[in-house]
Amino acid sequence: MNESNFIIELKHISKSFGDKVVLDDVSLFVEQGEFVTILGPSGCGKTTLLRILAGFGMADEGEIRIEGKEITDTPPHLRPLNTVFQRYALFPHLNVYDNVAFGLKLKGVKKDEIDERVNKALKMVGMTDYEWRDVNSLSGGQQQRVAIARAIINRPKVLLLDEPLAALDLKMRKDMQMELKQMHKTLGITFVYVTHDQEEALTLSDRIVVMNEGKVQQIGTPTDIYNEPVNSFVADFIGESNIMNGTMIKDKLVSFMGNECECVDVGFGENVPVDVVLRPEDLILSAKTEGFPFQGTVQSCIFKGVHYEMIITTTTGYEIIAQNYKPFEVGTLIGIDIEPSNIQVMKKERLFNTFEGEMIDSTHVKMLGDEFVCNAVPNVEGGEKVTVKVDFDKVDLQDNKEDGTIVGSVHFILYKCDRYHLTVHTEDGENIYVDTHDVWDDCDIVGVRIDPDDIQITLE
Amino acid sequence: MKKFFAQAYIWLLLAILYAPILIIVIFSFTEAKVLGNWTGFSTKLYTSLFSGSVQHSLIDAIQNTLIIALIAAAVSTILGSIAAIGIYSLKGRKKMAINTLNNIPMLNPDIITGISLFLLFVSFGVTQGYATVILAHITFCTPYVVLSVMPRLQQMNPNLYEAALDLGATPGQALRKVLIPEIKPGMISGFILAFTLSIDDFAVTIFNIGTSGLETLSTYIYADARKGGLTPELRPLSTIIFVTVLILLIIINVRSQRAAKKKEVL
Repeated sequence: MNESNFIIELKHISKSFGDKVVLDDVSLFVEQGEFVTILGPSGCGKTTLLRILAGFGMADEGEIRIEGKEITDTPPHLRPLNTVFQRYALFPHLNVYDNVAFGLKLKGVKKDEIDERVNKALKMVGMTDYEWRDVNSLSGGQQQRVAIARAIINRPKVLLLDEPLAALDLKMRKDMQMELKQMHKTLGITFVYVTHDQEEALTLSDRIVVMNEGKVQQIGTPTDIYNEPVNSFVADFIGESNIMNGTMIKDKLVSFMGNECECVDVGFGENVPVDVVLRPEDLILSAKTEGFPFQGTVQSCIFKGVHYEMIITTTTGYEIIAQNYKPFEVGTLIGIDIEPSNIQVMKKERLFNTFEGEMIDSTHVKMLGDEFVCNAVPNVEGGEKVTVKVDFDKVDLQDNKEDGTIVGSVHFILYKCDRYHLTVHTEDGENIYVDTHDVWDDCDIVGVRIDPDDIQITLE
Repeated sequence: MKKFFAQAYIWLLLAILYAPILIIVIFSFTEAKVLGNWTGFSTKLYTSLFSGSVQHSLIDAIQNTLIIALIAAAVSTILGSIAAIGIYSLKGRKKMAINTLNNIPMLNPDIITGISLFLLFVSFGVTQGYATVILAHITFCTPYVVLSVMPRLQQMNPNLYEAALDLGATPGQALRKVLIPEIKPGMISGFILAFTLSIDDFAVTIFNIGTSGLETLSTYIYADARKGGLTPELRPLSTIIFVTVLILLIIINVRSQRAAKKKEVL
């Protein structure tokens, strides 16, 4: 062995398909025996990362090591890992036994040993007595069990699972989750699991890697990720949450929803804009309003089995979601409080839009792939490189794409309790961040306009 | 009433389509030298076809036809399957372009294919004969094999090949143990199709058969008919070929139906 304790080391992996960057400098270290889940929305690069680890795709840059041995350029059949595919990928022309025995037969293992190991593997996944069945006659869940048996029989160092339960129905999925967890314990193999299902990730994993747009957002234990999300993406993606703008007044004092609250966070500085996350189950509701930092009117109250889920509009104009064991009648004014330790404060990723631009003449700037009219900049001849600053709420989105200077598509919508924070992809691949009160849908095509007064130009 | 006309129309259409074949089949069971005379039921033409009392050249022609068809079908099945796998692994525009290039020769009139191959062989100074006919047949059969293997590849779970690699198979082993078994039904259909196309072909063959006296069945019949009057034994021969092709077609259809059913179960 070598000096590192990690069984898998992914270092600075980058990958592009054409112009599209799918993985952007992703690093990940996995310890022996860990259950690590790579979690993210579709298109975040999680499957690409797994395929690079399995050897089905090659990274453009970066290094992969398994047990300290570099395998960056090793073809898949020589890597000490096995994969369970989303759509099972059992060999349709072989029966259950031959599917499971496939790997061992290739290695030239003796017949007796193959028999013994196939039986053991099938027993492990609860598929004894199915040896001679045609794989096409099995249900989805059974096929997935066979696929798992086929992978673990080779005693891989690492088992890769690519959304293995995504094609199963809910009940089956829950059962299989428990079984996978049990299997992980019994086998002691390292599991790397890819899913877009945050609940699955929280249930199964020792550690979760949250990914978005080809970048690792956060790595941590399920409780870390849930309780201490590092940014609004993670907070929004994992569980339900109220995310809103706030200001860190000073250490241990944060202002949000029109009031100041004690919190436990320090080190942000004074009067710094932050994102505040409140989990719905952490809100303390009371029929009494006196002495509570926030008051709000119940807009709706829905029974969810264990708890009631309520939408509350605060007197300061924020719409928040709360969970409580006791219901409150719609229309009543209630008091709302939260424990200091349950207020999660996050540094904002950015405070305004910054674009690279170039002056065309003193009243026109070229940025985002088009020409924008701006207020006259003194001493400009054209050709100067500039940095352009635009506030989130100063970007104007239009229904008709013809009404905008440029065209973009709405990509990521974050509800911030009193406004929407949108990410708009422009045609030449830049992101514009927009605060708006209007409701837009994901993938809406919009015209983007910016008033000349709101274009703030700094010469470089 | 409406239904009656609809039914009658279908039967009329079928009758027109199958009348010529039926006439040959019926008149293969009589002895009359001239087609159209019925001199009572007899299987004499069948016995004389196989007893060697017919001209030796007809038997030679049948033999040539079968040998050419077998070789052409076998080679084009191999070439076509490899090509299909290659096209399958291409992406986007390239894939579309190659697919279109594969389809053009099938739409190209046989006579053009025949003439162009003839010119090609002549310009390279290749003596025409057995080899040129086989090469020509391989040329026009291969696209059909590609076309019958392609759907099998497209239906296949794209992870299968990767799963084999993942379990430790080298690319060669994955091809042999997973990919080929998966596309085998397509290869067999392609082989049968190529075989019948080769037996059937006249236009391409006539341009590439040369002048050394080599004859296939189609060129033999053509020459025979031009000499005036068909050899009577051609009637039972046509019947046998028709029945064989019919059986092959039924096999292809049953196979594809079974495959479709199997997919439904999934």
